[in-house]
Parts: sequence; structure tokens; C-alpha cells
Amino acid sequence: MLFTYNRFHHAVFMNYANEYTGKISGQYNSIEYYFKLKRTNDSLVKANERLYNKLKQDFEIPDSVSKLVLDTIRVDSTNINRKFLYMQAKVVGNSVGLPNNYVQVSRGSLQGVEKELGVIDINGAVVGHVVDLSNNYAVVMSLLHKQNNTSARLKKSGAFGSVIWDGEKTNVVLLKDIPKNIKVTVGDSVVTSGYGRFPYGLLIGTVSEIENDTKTNTYIIRVKTAADFYNIQYVYVINNLKKEELNDIMKRVKKANE
Amino acid sequence: MSNLLKNIIRFILLMFVQVFVLNRIPALHHYINPYIYLLFILWLPFKTGRLQLMIMGFITGLVLDYFTKTPGLHASACVLISYLRPLLINLLIPQESSEINYEEPSITSLGFMPYFVYLLLLVFLHHSWLFLLEAIQFAGIMYFLTKTLLSVAVSLILTLVVELLFVRRQRIRAA
Repeated sequence: MLFTYNRFHHAVFMNYANEYTGKISGQYNSIEYYFKLKRTNDSLVKANERLYNKLKQDFEIPDSVSKLVLDTIRVDSTNINRKFLYMQAKVVGNSVGLPNNYVQVSRGSLQGVEKELGVIDINGAVVGHVVDLSNNYAVVMSLLHKQNNTSARLKKSGAFGSVIWDGEKTNVVLLKDIPKNIKVTVGDSVVTSGYGRFPYGLLIGTVSEIENDTKTNTYIIRVKTAADFYNIQYVYVINNLKKEELNDIMKRVKKANE
Repeated sequence: MSNLLKNIIRFILLMFVQVFVLNRIPALHHYINPYIYLLFILWLPFKTGRLQLMIMGFITGLVLDYFTKTPGLHASACVLISYLRPLLINLLIPQESSEINYEEPSITSLGFMPYFVYLLLLVFLHHSWLFLLEAIQFAGIMYFLTKTLLSVAVSLILTLVVELLFVRRQRIRAA
């Protein structure tokens, strides 16, 4: 608390704190991890299945598309247009039951992690975003944090809202700001909006309960999280490579309006 | 075993249990967050001075803060209880002054009821300070009250279990 108001103290303190607690938690995790191998393996198989089903060879291509066109631009366009880069990271520390929860992962600024990057688990379910890092470790604010705010949308209708946590159940988050004219049913998927740190369409959870907020014109929707926060062993950190460009434009627009 | 070594081992064990067991188990309810690491401060020898106590309390709290990523929160609560500890011990100590005969606060040195009151008051103060800071941040008075009461109850039960499991043999110091 003291440190949050002083940037220099904060940086120095958290750098040491992250390095040491990361090392100790890593030691502990190397034992704990052994007992979770089975479940980790199962979810890896599921993730693999999902990826296999996306392979090009599993789809039939209609004839009209297979027309040969000579590309005149001799540039490797795949490299330049990459927008999201995924980096794997091992979870070393994780809290679930506290009022504000963090996940600590063993990948830091030396390995390409930056602040504000999104984090998902191996099945593509949203875990949180990076809030602090040291050389070799990063701290991720999980969805189960009272200050967390992730922009989301209902997959079916495309309506926007934001996902927050009320601190009650460790597998339920709230989706707010969905207007009442939108049709919502229990079981609908809630996915990332694609506006923030995450690409569009990563699963946050499924609707489990819909509450009518009598005071406003919006629903309060309870969402069962897709990520199992008690069992995260590996995560992917997502770097949005275009974010600086986007931020520059936003800054320019803000300046122009001042 | 020397007193210093005993306390270092105690510190590491309590911290380990707090960080890797109590902070990780699926909560019975989101209002229940038991803390037993403060036993380290409560069990320090009688002869520890107030300044030493507070420095020790600060370090204890800060180490836990390193793990829970809440720099300063637990440290402040621990400094508060280490400041009040000598005061409480002076109030609760029996007439024949066990301070001379025993080394540290326990059931045998203080007697069950005074020791229980000692535990109750300090655990209550620690928890209410902690949850007060939390409640100011993002919740109301009801959250604060229920959470404090429930967590204090669970922490006390755990503390008594620890007391019963690990009976601390008290050497009577030669006067």
C-alpha cells in the first residue's frame, strides 16, 4: 500500500519480492506439480484436439478458391502481419481464496513479458493480465481480483459488457452492462471482445444465472469461469504486437480533443 | 536447542503453513481467511523488548506480504499487535510473575484463561485491522464485521489445535 504510491520504491520492492517469492514458490511447485500431472496432461490432450480440428487438411476447399494467382509482392507477409504472439509460461504461485488473487508465472521481462499483457490457460480460457514483473517472474492479476475489469461480449448476440468479480465464489464472475433488450439464456458463451489485451473470441465462461437489476436498464449476469483456477499449471502470455500503434493513435486523438 | 534457532525454525514453519496451506486451500466461504502466522509474534519470549518485537513483527508481516503481493498490509497489522503485546502481557500476567519463571507466553506460563484472552484479543486486533483496510477499499461495514468474526473464530480454533498438537515444553528458568 505504501509502495503503490511511490513508483521507485514500488519497482525496487516488487523486483526483489518477485524474484525471491518466485524462487521459493517454484521449489514448492516442483513438488506440487507432480500430483497434478494427470490433470495437466488431460487438459493438454484437449487443447491438442482443439488445435487438430483447426488444421487446414480437415476442411474441403471449394473449387473456386483453388485458382492459382501469382502474388507479385515478394515480401513474407506472414511475419509482418502477426498481431498476437503467444508465449508459454509455467505457473509457480497461485492464490484463489484470497480477496484479491494473483498468479505468479516464471517468465519475466528478460523473456519478453511486459505489463498489461493478457494471460490465458492451455485451453484458451482467460486467466487475467500481467500487472507486475521482475527479470524472471511476472505477477498476473487473475479474473478473481476485485480491481480486475475485462471487456467481454456475449458470443451469440455480440453485446458488450465488462467482467468483474464480486469476491464471492471462486468460479463465478459477473458480467455487467448488458442492456435488457438483448436476449440472454443460461449456457451462452461469454468471450473476449477483442478490443483490449486479448484477441476476439477467447472463452471467459458460460452464463449460469441472469439477474434483473431493477435500478438500471441492464442485467447482472453470473458467469461460470472456463478456467479452473485451482488447477493452472501452464499459461500463455499474449502479446499484442500492434498495441503501441493503437495507443499512439488514441493519444493523438485525445490530444486533439483537448 | 538455542532460543534463536528455535524461533527461526518456528518462523519458517509457520510461514510455510500460512503461504502454502492456509492461503491455498479451497475456502469454506469467502468470508473465512484464517491466519496463524502471527503465532510467531505471540510466542516470542517475554524478555523481547518492544522495539525488537515491532521490528520482528514488521519483518514477519512483510515476508507474508511478499507472497500475497500486498506490500504493507500484513506488516502494519503485525506491527500493531507487536506494539500492544507487552501491554497485554503486563495486564494478564499472574501475581507471582511468571515472567521470571517462564520464557514465553503459553498455557502453562499464563494459565488457560489469561492465555486464551491474550490470543483472542491479539488475533481479533490483527484480523480487524487487516479486514478494515480491505473493507475500506471495496466493501461495506457488514462485510468487515462478518468477515472479522468468522475469520477470528476459525483462526482461534486452528491456533488451539496447534497448541494441543505441539505442546511446548516450558523450561523453568533458574532465577
